[in-house]
Amino acid sequence: MGFLEELKALLPGRVLTGEAELAPYESDALTAYRKRPLAVALPERKEEVLGVVRLCHRYGVPFVARGSGTSLSGGSLPVEGGVVIALNRMNRILRLDPKARIAVVEPGVVNLKVSQEAAPFGLYYAPDPSSQPISTLGGNVAFNSGGAHCLKYGMTANHVLGLEVVTPTGEVVRLGGESLEGVGPDLHGFFVGTEGLLGVAVEITLRLLPRPEAYHTVLAAYPSLEAAGEAVSRVIRAGLLPGAMEIMDRLSIEAAEKAVRAGYPPVEGLLIVELEGPKEEVAEEAQVLEGVLRESGALELRVARDEAERQAIWKGRKAAFSAVGRLSPDYLVQDGVVPRSRLGEALREIQRLSREYGLRVANVFHAGDGNLHPLVLYDGKKPGELERAEALAGEILRLCVRLGGSLTGEHGIGVEKKGYMPEMFSPEDLLAMEEVKRALDPKGLANRGKVLPEVVRAGA
Amino acid sequence: MPALRPENLEEVREAVRAYPRLRARGGGTKPALSTPREGEALLDLSRLRGLLAYEPEEFVFTAFAGTPVAEVEEALRAHGQYLPFHPPLAGKGATLGGTVAAGLSGPLRHRFGGLRDFLLGVRFVDGEGRVVRGGGKVVKNAAGFPFHRLMVGSLGAFGVMVELSFKVFPRPRTTRTLRVRRENLEEALADLERLRLLPLDLLALDLVPPATLELRLGGFERSVEARLKRLQDLLGEGEVLAEDEAHWEAVRDLGFLEGSPIWVKVPAKPHLIPELEGLPLGPRRYLDGGEVLYAGATEEGLKALKEAGLPHLVLRGAETPLFPEPQGAFFAGVKKALDPKGRFPLG
Repeated sequence: MGFLEELKALLPGRVLTGEAELAPYESDALTAYRKRPLAVALPERKEEVLGVVRLCHRYGVPFVARGSGTSLSGGSLPVEGGVVIALNRMNRILRLDPKARIAVVEPGVVNLKVSQEAAPFGLYYAPDPSSQPISTLGGNVAFNSGGAHCLKYGMTANHVLGLEVVTPTGEVVRLGGESLEGVGPDLHGFFVGTEGLLGVAVEITLRLLPRPEAYHTVLAAYPSLEAAGEAVSRVIRAGLLPGAMEIMDRLSIEAAEKAVRAGYPPVEGLLIVELEGPKEEVAEEAQVLEGVLRESGALELRVARDEAERQAIWKGRKAAFSAVGRLSPDYLVQDGVVPRSRLGEALREIQRLSREYGLRVANVFHAGDGNLHPLVLYDGKKPGELERAEALAGEILRLCVRLGGSLTGEHGIGVEKKGYMPEMFSPEDLLAMEEVKRALDPKGLANRGKVLPEVVRAGA
Repeated sequence: MPALRPENLEEVREAVRAYPRLRARGGGTKPALSTPREGEALLDLSRLRGLLAYEPEEFVFTAFAGTPVAEVEEALRAHGQYLPFHPPLAGKGATLGGTVAAGLSGPLRHRFGGLRDFLLGVRFVDGEGRVVRGGGKVVKNAAGFPFHRLMVGSLGAFGVMVELSFKVFPRPRTTRTLRVRRENLEEALADLERLRLLPLDLLALDLVPPATLELRLGGFERSVEARLKRLQDLLGEGEVLAEDEAHWEAVRDLGFLEGSPIWVKVPAKPHLIPELEGLPLGPRRYLDGGEVLYAGATEEGLKALKEAGLPHLVLRGAETPLFPEPQGAFFAGVKKALDPKGRFPLG
């Protein structure tokens, strides 16, 4: 028997090889890249994942684990001639223990489902990437996904207490446990964010938090993006720690208005600040916040008086990415991070680059975390425009690193940004990553071709 | 064996390359982890100290690994900020590097999370003498392999930390502490479990056996008073500590373990507490709503923990500090990659 026959014997009726069956798996949310896999395997239990990985290891066939395919950095792009391990059928919450404040889940569970299941107990799962109604926890773990609340609550890594992982050589290891505190190296913390290069998580233990008792959500309108950015600094200087602070520029406001009619004022910069916590504390903080925002030059302040008004404020922000898609046939979304105090500088430079390259850039960002999301608009049908958009996006990435930030806040490096890794990391940093990869995956099968730039291997 | 006292990154590299086996020490507050064994050179990092960067508005600082926690906290306090994970033994001279290597958090970890939630980046020298960076200096970052998180609890097994970057938060304006006593452990546990599910933003929630709960609140004065009242309605009047700062500083310095020959940290969970309470352990306290136990013990207690199969870390008073030692392909692979010659002992 050959590889494919063995694979089919392992997962009877659950191996896709037909042209039409493979097509949906050729790319993820970064649709500019496409690769045709050899096959797609649909395991339903962790033992089957183990079987597939062992088979791949024996035959030297590369594999890519995948959930809903929402990666914006090409993280779940198949390897040509490799296997896609699609984990969507492993979508059970194995245990939800409110007393222990944990949920044990399979990797194909959709992020939002955990909070829905935990809600009756007054608990929730804090990391909320914008893709949370569709993205899976296995993918969230691989990319250390973020969202709007990272300043206060941290990223996915902070909420993962334990993992069961199939290593690239086909061993099962348990990392971490169920307590918030462990002893010995934080191996589960290290695994989160390694983008599937070090194995496949088949079981994930998550910490759950009590749902905040009260929210206070304010929409503030500004005559310039800088003024909105400055208001964020004022909030921090006042000693407040909001759950989220988000900024949108004119282009994204217009797009969001067209798409969902959130009732946003047509201004240059909109700031959303949300406080959360016990009702008494939120009430006190809200007074301080109001004073800060009144002095920040806001043209208009809108405070949500109830949950419906709060959702209305968030509606436009949450729809922003897809709404911007209506303004342009194609767009690239970037994900750089800058220190919060350099936001103004970064935005000015992005505007300059936008003019220089003759491409529109819409800005939506997690201002509290310094996490920018410039959306570079282009038309893929016009010759050379994609390349120009990529070059502009690259300039933005370099800018973020130059200002002391990072290439990615939450989307990961994937295939999209690996060429920029040497901008942020030294050859020795990259070599250390390469050595860890090689020690755990000597045949280089797990998510081959992602994260690590080829130059390291060549130089090593 | 000589004691090496590097003052900069280059001297750390030289030391690592020159000695086949090294053990790092910061403030020496956890002697079980930092006392060199036969054949090990002592790498004393106490001269590798000082803040390298601190921008209060960013909620981030970077410092040399040998910097005493207390020194950092003083600088933070001047700007109304603090390290919310409340590093233990700060008053005794614990350093940032030692805190990370041991993976320790104090009672205030309950509100915003532990050390692993606040460490943003690291620069370390690996077993080959290479300088490696992981993470960064911004609060949100998903680029590259997160070597900084690997350092938490690593006991130095993958390299010598040189620089560390942390997230910090605004310090609560006011704090109050409520102490309530229950008839027995069952009653105390029932209240503990109830409190864990409530959105009260407690800074600390400790169980002091046999049956006392200590809760700390922080925030705006009026809000703290109102929430204290809510807690008293829920739990009964209890005792409100007039001056609570000193009390919690003593707790985080593990003052309650003084006099015990062995100091041990045990990951826990409320449902494990009855079992742990059945073991012959000395003075002890469960932090963070019962998620972790710091206990004093004798050899007998340590043996009982092992026999019960309960993982633990000894900070003081025993030869082999870590139980169980990490097993499996994942640990072995990472260790082989970063310390192929086995220069750094694990515990």
